[in-house]
Amino acid sequence: MITRHPTREARTDGWLIAAEGIDGSGKSTQVHLLEQWLRQGGLRVFKTEWNSSDVVKEITSKGKKKGTLTPTTFSLLHATDFDDRYERNILPLLHAGYWVLADRYVYTAYARDAVRGCHPAWIRRLYSFARRPDIVFYFQVPVDVAVNRILSGRPKLKYYEAGMDLNLSNDVFESYRIFQSRVTKEYESMVRPEGFVVVDGSLRIEEQQRLVRDKVSELMPKEVVSKTMGRTGLENRGPG
Amino acid sequence: MKTEGQDSTARPIRFYGHGLPYIGELKVKGKLIVIEGPDASGRSTQITMLTEKLEAEGHAVVNTGLKRSELISQGIINAKRSLGTGKRTLSLFYAADFADQLENKIIPALRSGYIVLADRYIYTLMARDAVRGMNRKWCQDLFGFAVVPDLIFSLEVSPPELVHRVFQRQNTLDFYEAGMDMGLGEDVYSSFIRYQRLIAAEFKRMEVRYDMTPINGERMPLVVEAELENRILGFLTGQTQ
Repeated sequence: MITRHPTREARTDGWLIAAEGIDGSGKSTQVHLLEQWLRQGGLRVFKTEWNSSDVVKEITSKGKKKGTLTPTTFSLLHATDFDDRYERNILPLLHAGYWVLADRYVYTAYARDAVRGCHPAWIRRLYSFARRPDIVFYFQVPVDVAVNRILSGRPKLKYYEAGMDLNLSNDVFESYRIFQSRVTKEYESMVRPEGFVVVDGSLRIEEQQRLVRDKVSELMPKEVVSKTMGRTGLENRGPG
Repeated sequence: MKTEGQDSTARPIRFYGHGLPYIGELKVKGKLIVIEGPDASGRSTQITMLTEKLEAEGHAVVNTGLKRSELISQGIINAKRSLGTGKRTLSLFYAADFADQLENKIIPALRSGYIVLADRYIYTLMARDAVRGMNRKWCQDLFGFAVVPDLIFSLEVSPPELVHRVFQRQNTLDFYEAGMDMGLGEDVYSSFIRYQRLIAAEFKRMEVRYDMTPINGERMPLVVEAELENRILGFLTGQTQ
């Protein structure tokens, strides 16, 4: 990926913060709380989510329903979705000085596509146009905890969501468990090389958010933090 | 059908890059023949004639092409209609469409011993991207999953001649084929000429790298077909000896 201030590319005024983790890791809650905090501080924020491009998501969704997406096609459609959001929203808003919060970023593709069998080097070159985030939060929970959070409601798990295309198990729930385990393994292998900020997903929500806000505050100039943000905004909450 | 007569030894598929790791080592008896060339260069005509000829010779033939995947081609149409769709987005969409064709049509056909006549391949996509200023290395890496064809023909027709041929079947030049998204000229005609010249130059660059055989597409269709046929049948016969 492109590092924050490469010589060949224009610097941007905004900040890019990414959140990664398997489903049920609590990442989306944390992103939402972070977004609220930044907005309350009067900052311009934009949040983007995986698989949300208007131009692509319908196609991806139809393809998933048909079940004919091969790992490479699957990977490329998600890359198309990501790129559409990147070219339309993420990059322009970074140039405009926004705080861009990405609920899932390229690492989701690195993990999931690799589990599906795509070559890791190919996936990384595919996404090489994407700017490296200023912070990548990785919400780490034991696989079973995350999986049980999702499965406790006995939801209807979708084919690709459960990794059924990988023939891991005939039982969709078992397949989901195995798939999420493998994705977790991929994430874990990225923690050091990619410099993830690991957040313990078993902490209380407020504690996690305090860590997140502390980390994000490091990016802000001191005056901004004390004046507008009131430290982390969580001072009134008692210990868990 | 004489599929045995083509080549009784299955040979391993080669990829340009990392390929498709999840399909494992793959040996095929079929052959992949690519016909490249600009819009209105006569590719479709040639492919129709060649298909008939090859079938008459006892070969089983399958035709593939770009924007053929039912699902993704609709996405490409929508993306082109949507204002603000970036060039890389479109590029990736085409790559997804191509991957779908490759894995669901081309490779299965090759496994079954068919001759696959591909109406365009990754080269048109790479040329379009390069002309638009996209990083060539990135495009090459992107298509690392593509199978290396057995034969690649590039139909060459001068841009002014292309214009005539386009106007024989419709009364406008296609927006993208004229490079109108690039602001190359004040009118569609001059834009088309400039754009097609850039594409042709890109193909010349790729010719040696990808071992493409240039074919003069300005001759009468039957003459062009005869040359293609000779080269293809010569190749196929050479394979069985």
